[in-house]
Amino acid sequence: MLIYSISVGAVTIPPEEVLKTMLGQSVSTKWDSIIWNIRLPQALAAIVAGAGLSVAGVVMQSILRNPLGSPFTLGISNAGAFGAAFSVVILGSGKMQSTVADAVIINNPYLTTMVAFVFCLLATGVILLISRIRGALPEVMVLAGVALSSLFTAGTMFLQYFADDTQLAAVVFWTFGDVGRVNWLELEIMTGVVLLAVIFFIANCWNYNAIDAGDETAKSLGVNVEKIRLIGMVIAALVSAVIVAFLGVIGFVGLICPHMVRRVIGDDQRYLIPGSTLLGGILLLVSDTAARLIVSPYVLPVSVLTAFMGAPTFIYLLLRGYRR
Amino acid sequence: MILSVEELQFLYRNREILHKIAFSIEDGEIVAILGPNGVGKTTLLKCLNRILHPKGGAINIDGENLFDLGTMEIARLIGYVPQHVETGRLTAFDAVLLGRRPHIKWDITEKDLRIVDSVFRLLSMEKLRLSCIDEISGGELQKVAIARSLVQEPKVLLLDEPTSSLDLKNQVEILAIIRQIVLEHRIAAVMTMHDLNQALRYADRFIFLKGGKVHAHGGVEVITSEMIEEVYGLPVVIGEIAGMRCVVPRSPEWDGIDDQLKKARPV
Repeated sequence: MLIYSISVGAVTIPPEEVLKTMLGQSVSTKWDSIIWNIRLPQALAAIVAGAGLSVAGVVMQSILRNPLGSPFTLGISNAGAFGAAFSVVILGSGKMQSTVADAVIINNPYLTTMVAFVFCLLATGVILLISRIRGALPEVMVLAGVALSSLFTAGTMFLQYFADDTQLAAVVFWTFGDVGRVNWLELEIMTGVVLLAVIFFIANCWNYNAIDAGDETAKSLGVNVEKIRLIGMVIAALVSAVIVAFLGVIGFVGLICPHMVRRVIGDDQRYLIPGSTLLGGILLLVSDTAARLIVSPYVLPVSVLTAFMGAPTFIYLLLRGYRR
Repeated sequence: MILSVEELQFLYRNREILHKIAFSIEDGEIVAILGPNGVGKTTLLKCLNRILHPKGGAINIDGENLFDLGTMEIARLIGYVPQHVETGRLTAFDAVLLGRRPHIKWDITEKDLRIVDSVFRLLSMEKLRLSCIDEISGGELQKVAIARSLVQEPKVLLLDEPTSSLDLKNQVEILAIIRQIVLEHRIAAVMTMHDLNQALRYADRFIFLKGGKVHAHGGVEVITSEMIEEVYGLPVVIGEIAGMRCVVPRSPEWDGIDDQLKKARPV
């Protein structure tokens, strides 16, 4: 899949030559540069981001004891979008250039990414502050997230209302999640964060299983529910924040992917966490590849595709019920 | 003495819920905590394994001070069966295996699996092993929860209204199982209950709570119609049916209805 994903796009490279290039044999300099600078980072970013969003989603669903838990539920994605809008409109990082292929380049992507990241963390911080005051209760966290979500969405709309045409385009463009944005350094940071998070979550899978059995049962099994909930939240939020800041808003994967895995293998976190990580990566890679092919040579934002592909699949799974 | 509680006090938002609770339990005993709704039965139970944090007092279990122990150490000494058991998409075996959590370091071992197996046999629920717990009956789910607390290998079992959602047959079955386990494994069980007759039949000792305090504490001799009326505010009759002591409410409403019926009926 990875090879296929790299081989297709505006320029098609034969799969065997992709493999050769990746194994270190230079087939042609042109393809070398396409593969190493564009296709490979993009494909890897899709895998890492999908895995990260999905694992963050599955853990949030468990610790918040809410099937709607995902990086969106807590307002993190919307906070990132607001941060990007703020950076573009107020800080003026978004003078854009329109090229013939309709690609839009944000003038100062680093500033935008940084501000988006800061706002993601801010949203997380506010939720932590609220849960510190009111106790780390799942319903408090979920409701605080919903409130923050609406607040940041309204804030983004407010900024968009006063933005000029190019700024508006830049904001909207940023909001469409796209895995083609990363460079190698960003990819390394993302991979590091996601990898550490996945290891941490897997190490804690028994604790999440215990929380799934109810707070009281978990406590009677010696699990410090509040602490696990808080730390899990922070790490899941951090993963989401990094991904959202680098790639923009990629919906759906974090919410639906864990549920797809649940429908097939059940609720046991020992299998659910690795399963969601895997499927998340695969799903986003497939979506990204499809996004490049569907209206080729134009490239659709992957976030549009994830919803188009995932929603019907999910509804099918919902109707079919659990596997016996 | 396997469990002793002294001067236990619990506050909720500065309101005293439990006041100087004291009692002790020997191994092989079942103790029933009784009293009206909202009196703090469940609170007391949750204080015993520090799901809730008591304000003052002392709890000693098997010679150790509970307040000196970590949460995992407590979980290896005390099992807890909540009133409502959460379901999910996992097999009964995995649900019970979760009870080994306090003993698991990195991964489950042969020993964990062996203990789970033996508890399934003990509760004669081998057939349930691979059933998903969101598809089994309420009685079976209760058994799963009890099995989960038993694989913790606890010294003391706490049960919050273990029979509240069960039919008559399942009530008897569950309580009989608890009775048997407590005797065979020389552990102790503390359970909150509403049904005085079930308590009389299966418990060795009784703790009646009223107004956050222990109102009466002891064996079957403490259960008198006067005491029960004091605790529940309802006159009762205590009698024997087929050799079993029973408590039946003598409701003033019914007396009233009788009178009204007499009045309404033309003589």
